[in-house]
Amino acid sequence: MGFDQYHEPADELPDETRTFARLCASLTEEAEAIGWYEQRLAVESDHEALAVMRDAQGEEFKHFCMDLEFLLRRTALWREIAEGILFQGGSIVEHGEEAEEEAVEGAAARGAPLAGSTSLGIGGLRGAAS
Amino acid sequence: MSHLLQEHAPITEAGWALLGDEARARLTPALAARKLVDFAGPHGWQHSATNIGRTRALADAPVDGLTALQRRVLPLVELRAPFSLAREELADADRGARDVDLSALDEAAHRIATAENRSVFHGWHAAAIAGVAESSTHEPIPLGEDCERYPRHVARAVEVLLRAGIGGPYGLALGPDAYTRVFETTEHGGYPLFEHLRKIIGGPLVWAPGVQGAVVVSQRGGDFVLEVGDDLSIGYERHDTDAVELYLVESFAFRVLTAEAAVALTP
Repeated sequence: MGFDQYHEPADELPDETRTFARLCASLTEEAEAIGWYEQRLAVESDHEALAVMRDAQGEEFKHFCMDLEFLLRRTALWREIAEGILFQGGSIVEHGEEAEEEAVEGAAARGAPLAGSTSLGIGGLRGAAS
Repeated sequence: MSHLLQEHAPITEAGWALLGDEARARLTPALAARKLVDFAGPHGWQHSATNIGRTRALADAPVDGLTALQRRVLPLVELRAPFSLAREELADADRGARDVDLSALDEAAHRIATAENRSVFHGWHAAAIAGVAESSTHEPIPLGEDCERYPRHVARAVEVLLRAGIGGPYGLALGPDAYTRVFETTEHGGYPLFEHLRKIIGGPLVWAPGVQGAVVVSQRGGDFVLEVGDDLSIGYERHDTDAVELYLVESFAFRVLTAEAAVALTP
């Protein structure tokens, strides 16, 4: 169904939240498509069909990464956690725990807005200087 | 509805998003103090004062044979920068105009950021705020206009802090005039002065509107605290058929906990 990416009534959601939800839905679809192609590639024996599907899966990789980058640009905390996990060697779980802890505690230290606040959300800027 | 009364303003959701983005874009580069001192909060609009653990003795008590102390607190100040926007401009923004005149908001953002910086670095006597520079226990170092001598002055300030046992890294708040001179200058050999100063202090070098001269501040943390009640927000005042009156507002106080953790460089 075209509108089921919204968990709350769409007309009560701000524009930016609707856009965010659309991109989350798109990210999910791209990940699903990547998984489907992976399964098809695993069972296909026709070399020409394999080449076509590898090319198609590459498109899905690209779409997934573009969706993810958009979402990370719009969500500072998510981006900060992602930076601590993605493209790092070593234990994924350890990096995840560390990145989450540092990012969440860092957000509090920077003066993240109170829940329900309509402030500009600027807070502290230590580390933001040139 | 919050005290900002935003819901009463004749501004669409997209209009509020535009104003928020513009305000953040203008405020963030200018809020130098927040880049160099600790930030505590936001504690909310109802937060009126911070406990500093101090008392003062009262001369008398209601009954003989008693002593009395009164708690001292750090009261927050409300700082407000009003500005007016043409409703026609906001309507054009809703139609997709990209060149909306928000200059009044930009000016208000610069005013309130300058005021915050000045309060933190030079104090605000009427609000009982003592600034970093005036509280420093160290002799100020004359900065002058010959910026080729700035590395020597800044290195001397760092040495003063080290001798006082104040660890680094250190940050440098540069007033606009000094900042421009530094940014435009290349030392003998072509090395940018900006980079040389950054190597000396080991921390951030910040453009600081409202600062006179410059201030070297320890970045080890725990020495200076900006206490914020309600963080910078946009509020609604009133409107007519032509214009909407808004304001930028914040409530804050500032505390110097280690007066010897900074050195002023006077213009």
